[in-house]
Amino acid sequence: MNKQYITIISYGHFERDFLTKIAESVFHEYGYTVVIEENHLDMTEYYDPSRRQYDGNKLLTEINAHCQAEAIKTVGLFSVDLFIPILTYIFGQAFLHGRSGIASVYRLRNELYGMQQNNELLLARFVKVVLHELGHNFGLKHCHSPGCVMLSSTYVEDIDQKNAGLCPQCRIEIGDSILSV
Amino acid sequence: MTDIFSILIVDDEASVRDSLYSWFIEDGYEVVCAENAKIALEILESRNFDIILADIKMPGMDGLEMHRRIKALNKDAIVIIMTAFASVDTAVRALKDGAYDYVTKPFDPDDLSHLIRNATKQLSLQAENESLKEKAVYLENVEDLIGNSEAMQKVLKEVANVAQSSSSVIITGESGTGKELIARAIHSNSSRKFFPIVSVHCGALSESLLESELFGHEKGAFTGAMFNRKGRFEMADGGTIFLDEIATISTKMQIELLRVLESKSFMRVGGNKEISSDFRVICATNRDLKKLVENGTFREDLYYRLNVVNIIVPPLRERFEDIPPLVDHFIKKYCTAMSRDVIPIDPAAIKRLQEFEFPGNVRELENMIERAIVIGNGKEIRLKDLPLGKDMIDNTVESLDDLEKKHVLQILIKYDWNISRAAKALKVDRVTLYNKIKKHDLKPKS
Repeated sequence: MNKQYITIISYGHFERDFLTKIAESVFHEYGYTVVIEENHLDMTEYYDPSRRQYDGNKLLTEINAHCQAEAIKTVGLFSVDLFIPILTYIFGQAFLHGRSGIASVYRLRNELYGMQQNNELLLARFVKVVLHELGHNFGLKHCHSPGCVMLSSTYVEDIDQKNAGLCPQCRIEIGDSILSV
Repeated sequence: MTDIFSILIVDDEASVRDSLYSWFIEDGYEVVCAENAKIALEILESRNFDIILADIKMPGMDGLEMHRRIKALNKDAIVIIMTAFASVDTAVRALKDGAYDYVTKPFDPDDLSHLIRNATKQLSLQAENESLKEKAVYLENVEDLIGNSEAMQKVLKEVANVAQSSSSVIITGESGTGKELIARAIHSNSSRKFFPIVSVHCGALSESLLESELFGHEKGAFTGAMFNRKGRFEMADGGTIFLDEIATISTKMQIELLRVLESKSFMRVGGNKEISSDFRVICATNRDLKKLVENGTFREDLYYRLNVVNIIVPPLRERFEDIPPLVDHFIKKYCTAMSRDVIPIDPAAIKRLQEFEFPGNVRELENMIERAIVIGNGKEIRLKDLPLGKDMIDNTVESLDDLEKKHVLQILIKYDWNISRAAKALKVDRVTLYNKIKKHDLKPKS
């Protein structure tokens, strides 16, 4: 039996049930057992006061440095506002063909846009961001197919418009990647 | 021009180079980085790049001077100047010197995407101009359009011709004849291939849903519209929109569609801002649109706006000589998908298939072959594996999906949900089995 697994590490005080549902979605899409862990980081090291945001590049490097050998992919989940130098914000980031990624709920919350809190929608969005970043880890680039989870999303409504799954073409491409792991 | 655009990033900050590199690689571009103007110019001596993204403030030669030297070598080069320190003076100088655009860091992700998208659109137009000068025309990505019959060769020739322009197309044919495949072939052989083809199944949506789907909507446009939503016309910008079952749209939608086709602009539902989108329209129908115009159910002006080119796809019974290569194609497709060796088909089965009417056309043939591979003996497709007569219909199973679901579940239960052993018994790989479990929503009983 395949002992390889994907790890999702919570750095953002997420509820267990929330994390379990994300893990289930990842299992269904990519076929690997998902292990949930919780960890803590001194986030002040990653904070940029000039941007009032947290450095996504540094956080990704941190996650990557602490990947366990048996975990084929690791995704760090955060609740803070992430950035990379060239962009005003990011939802998540990952190494293409790499082992690690990060994702944040900060810009997925309805409240940020003056809307009513909606936990179900938040979960749906976060699942898509996590699946998207894992897709990059498995070697997928952005897809043009409307609805595919690998479609690039710049606004939260773009995330709402896509599905929580890969299009047939991405599935074919990822098939080789998963089998070669 | 190749299918992948190349970008050269010139910036002295490693974090900026790394971030832009990751961003563009994920979008499918080929990316090279240079830490200063001197290195960038050395790289440009040995090869070209489609787009150059250059910082202004760099040690040694600055970005503006580098830009002037690049333009001296190649006046058509697309150079985008970026800086963290915006000033009107430098922006004007850069644009006067022929820079494509001038942007300040950090970028809004949407602005960056649009910027590069517009640049690649310009490159596509340049490439289209060059390719139109060439006499030889060949088709790409038509592997799924199988057929050596005269009828199919005629269709492929029409696809090759129409792909070279942006004219609207109506594809007419019975259900299951491959109209969407033809639309995709037209798109992927056109200069719009670098942009999306967006499909809309008009017959599946009510009028109000179709309106929202096509035009998008603004936040608050109706109950439940909590966010802005891009419509399919916007998503198809630069590319193609495929409207399937065009004959089913209401009179009101026909009027709105005509307006959009004429002005190439529209407003989202509930919005007041004009949005422009440059798209090509391909429609499909299994109805006789001319007859619908004559009896007043389809607008004549819209018909003539859409029907610049009409491609008629023949039903399978009119091209029975294409059945053997189609069968070969589907056998390879489904055996590969199930990670099995490709199996042959009994000649008697092929003969019988060529005598069959196929009211469901190619889709029905594909369904038959997939079913035969699932339920067959795994060594060859026999006549008895094909539902070509009453005595071949299994009354206990209503569809291929039901059959597959029942069989997969039986095997999973037999092997106690051990995925590896079940996959081995089904002669598929683990990924395929996981996909089947997800498709049929199978769960072990607790």
